[in-house]
Amino acid sequence: MLVLQTLLLGPAHGHTIAHAIERGSEEVLQIEHGSLYPALHRLEDRGWIASFWGTSENNRKAKYYRLTPAGRKQLIAQTTRWEQVVRAIGRILKPAVE
Amino acid sequence: MGLGRFLRRARWDRERRQEIDSYIQIETDANIANGMSPESAEQAAHRKFGNRTLVREEIYRMNTIAALDAFARNVRYALRSLRHNPTFTIVALLTLAIGIGANTAVFSVVNSVLLNPLPYPKADELVGVWHSASGAPGLASVSGDLRLSPSMYFTYAEQNRTFQAFGVWTASTASITGLAEPEQVRAVVVSNGVLQALAIPPVLGRWLSEDDQTPGGTAHVMLGYGYWQRRFGGDKSVIGRSLTVQSMLTEVVGVMPRGFRIADADPELIVPARFQRNRVTLAGFGQQGIARMKPGVAVTQANADIARMLPIWESSWPSLPGGAANELRFYSETWRIAPAVRPLKQDVIGNISGALWVVMGTIGIVMLIACANVANLLLVRAEARQQELAIRAALGAGWARIVRELLIESLLLGLIGGALGLVIAYGGLRILVAMGPANLPRLDEISIDPHALGFTLLVSLLSGLLFGLIPAWKYAGPRISLVIRAGGRTFSQSRERHRARNILVVAQVALALVLLVSSGLMIRTLQTLRTVQPGFTHPGQIQTLRISIPQMMVPETQRTARMEEDILNRLEAIPGTVSAAFATAVPMEGLDVNWDGIYAEDKTYASFETPLRMFKFISPGFFQTMGTRLIAGRDYNWVDLYDHRPVAMVSENLAREMWGTPSAAIGKRIHVLPQTPWREVVGVVEDVHNNGVQAPSPAIVYWPAVLDSLFPSVPSYIARTLTIVVRNPRAGTASFLNEVREAVWSVNRALPLANVRTMQEVYDQSMARTSFTLVMLAIAGSMALVLGIIGIYGLLSYAVSQRRREIGIRLALGAQPSELKTLFVRHGLTLAAIGVAIGLGAAAGLTRLMSSLLFGIQPLDPLTYAAGALVLAMSAALASYLPARRAATVDPVEALKAE
Repeated sequence: MLVLQTLLLGPAHGHTIAHAIERGSEEVLQIEHGSLYPALHRLEDRGWIASFWGTSENNRKAKYYRLTPAGRKQLIAQTTRWEQVVRAIGRILKPAVE
Repeated sequence: MGLGRFLRRARWDRERRQEIDSYIQIETDANIANGMSPESAEQAAHRKFGNRTLVREEIYRMNTIAALDAFARNVRYALRSLRHNPTFTIVALLTLAIGIGANTAVFSVVNSVLLNPLPYPKADELVGVWHSASGAPGLASVSGDLRLSPSMYFTYAEQNRTFQAFGVWTASTASITGLAEPEQVRAVVVSNGVLQALAIPPVLGRWLSEDDQTPGGTAHVMLGYGYWQRRFGGDKSVIGRSLTVQSMLTEVVGVMPRGFRIADADPELIVPARFQRNRVTLAGFGQQGIARMKPGVAVTQANADIARMLPIWESSWPSLPGGAANELRFYSETWRIAPAVRPLKQDVIGNISGALWVVMGTIGIVMLIACANVANLLLVRAEARQQELAIRAALGAGWARIVRELLIESLLLGLIGGALGLVIAYGGLRILVAMGPANLPRLDEISIDPHALGFTLLVSLLSGLLFGLIPAWKYAGPRISLVIRAGGRTFSQSRERHRARNILVVAQVALALVLLVSSGLMIRTLQTLRTVQPGFTHPGQIQTLRISIPQMMVPETQRTARMEEDILNRLEAIPGTVSAAFATAVPMEGLDVNWDGIYAEDKTYASFETPLRMFKFISPGFFQTMGTRLIAGRDYNWVDLYDHRPVAMVSENLAREMWGTPSAAIGKRIHVLPQTPWREVVGVVEDVHNNGVQAPSPAIVYWPAVLDSLFPSVPSYIARTLTIVVRNPRAGTASFLNEVREAVWSVNRALPLANVRTMQEVYDQSMARTSFTLVMLAIAGSMALVLGIIGIYGLLSYAVSQRRREIGIRLALGAQPSELKTLFVRHGLTLAAIGVAIGLGAAAGLTRLMSSLLFGIQPLDPLTYAAGALVLAMSAALASYLPARRAATVDPVEALKAE
């Protein structure tokens, strides 16, 4: 979901995605960047993202990923569900605090 | 998870690796930009990424199917281990290829001939229409069943309720003149309904129709594909051309496609039957019936339909031409005619199916022997590999895994062997079709079709499983520690380790004996057949040929007779000719002959009750030319023929049956029907095996070739379609045939010669089924023998090589080489003896199945059994002696040092 969210802004290659997630989560989610790749592979397998070879900002050959329409739909669906879950948990927790 | 991804997983991996490389580079660049040194920048990038091999493996696993991957690995491993053992692999593959090849070839024949439907659309609707006539003795001995008469055709065609189409046909020959050379062609005379039932459309023009069978006017004919190609070069303008058939002008209206057959007849010319409705009688049972049943109708319903029509038929038609129908009920009450409709396939296949199944069975046995041999080889190999297997088991390979690997190896052997076998089968079939055993029907349809391919695959896999399971079951078991320990220093072989191989060898010997006995029985059958006195002598010196003098060409009886005598005289003038004569059919020619009852003057008969006798019409000198002995009385002379004298000759068995002795027959008078004059028996001749040496000699009446009113409907008769026989030592040679042709054509240029062959060929052909079975069984038998011998030899050779150490010790301790030799020979012979004992029992049971193919001997013929056992025992002795001798020459010092 995080990957999909990152790609919403436009196509990116693995390195960018890894750093974007790290930065976006304000370094809360520290991941080994390597573990990103199986995830990318799985997403591509499901058809939510597509890939193409391109050139990186400093002229390195790199594989770019972009969101497919199916992936976009999936992102919206997952985000909605996530928010529902968060709201639900929030409602359960709040009365206890008061 | 798609198979496509599985197969492309290597490419995927490459791509991931590049992607990871690109990450490392980008991160390194970024680190350098942050002020790190290049080396530490790259190290930091790797640290950041984590374990790249792990990542790749994870992705690879996502892309793979574990079982398939393991399978591919096993196959690669098996291939490698087979390649490392070329001798074993080649021997095993050859054995399998021969076995599977033979099986595929024979299965293709069985499949094409027996199993495949006939090459007609919806062939299961097609039936041959026959009758049984249990009350007409004599008839049944020839074709088994009664054919149809033209009157039956009219009744059945008009009144049936179960057929879409029904018609009758007869195979015959016709001479075609007016083209380059006169020519005799295979013709089929068909009524309306035959082509319609078979439902094969013509390639050109149209079918013969109902209008074509109305007598009078120009006859319309169709051409067979082969004749159209041969005579007209496939010219499409042939439609509408006129053709002189039997001196009669006809018009071609259509051409049938390549390979078209009417049941088993392969016509070059198709002629319409033109029955004259007002002249047909009840009798004249010479037509073969063919019908296409309506969809969903069963043979039993068709039979019931015929049974319903039989009384209608019998009361609708006269006994004599032009007469009135009567209520005599002779055919239903005396002959007891009953319907016998059967699938058309049965008509086509004939009596070959028994022989084919026997051959299929024997080839199957050969396959079993081949499997036993390969299993033996595998056992030997597994033994040699025991250490390897044990070490692998010790390293953690599961029992199931080792079994799987062994099985994959043997299945692979089976499949490769099967592929090679296909090549062998293909070659074998080409040879078989080229040899063309004459009475193997549907020969041109034989091919390796998908069924045969499937069969080969099945046999390959099954045999792979069969010979693979034995070593797998035996050696994959959990006895690791023992094996590893034993491997260190070779123990002598335990009895237990030998058992499986011993059993295999015993089985091989037993199976080989079954085959040897079967082929022995066929050899004895052929021998017995050869000793039967067929009723003619030195068939190799008798030239036979068929000619036909059509009524359109020479209408007058006297002129025809003179022409026939003239031809014989010219033939006798050829240097070396002993004599020449003719008959309407010679023995074993397989031609349809006439049948009717015979009444003797000195006997009284209750109504019409008399058995049917075979009729032939002959010229003077026929028996002399054939070498058939005259038992009593005299032969015909030409005066008998020209003067139409009322004379007759009969076969010895007929004379004995009617009058007790041959000489008593002379002077007795006989006739066919009360309305016809009496004829005096002037000669009695030796019995002739007219229907092949296997069949008993029928009682035959030989009428002169020219005679008056034999039947009430025929005032004067002369045989016009003849088989001429010429006895000359040069029979069959090209120069002689040229002289024969010239002699016939010097009388009339328009006479084509057909079926030119020697009596020897006719005779051999009548035994074709027996010789075909014999050849096939002999091949199977010798293959079995060789494989069995190889089995014994291989077993003992291996035993000797494994026991070298033991032999060395024995020799060192003072054992005599001859004692050692005896030891091994006794081992081989003991196995052979057990195998022979079992084989004799099995043969006694199995050869019963082939009793219908045997002649003159019992399935339990002691001589054959003894000979088979002896041959096998002697070969086994030889096969044991060779390795035993090697054992005796073992040098004890060498043997002990080798460890």
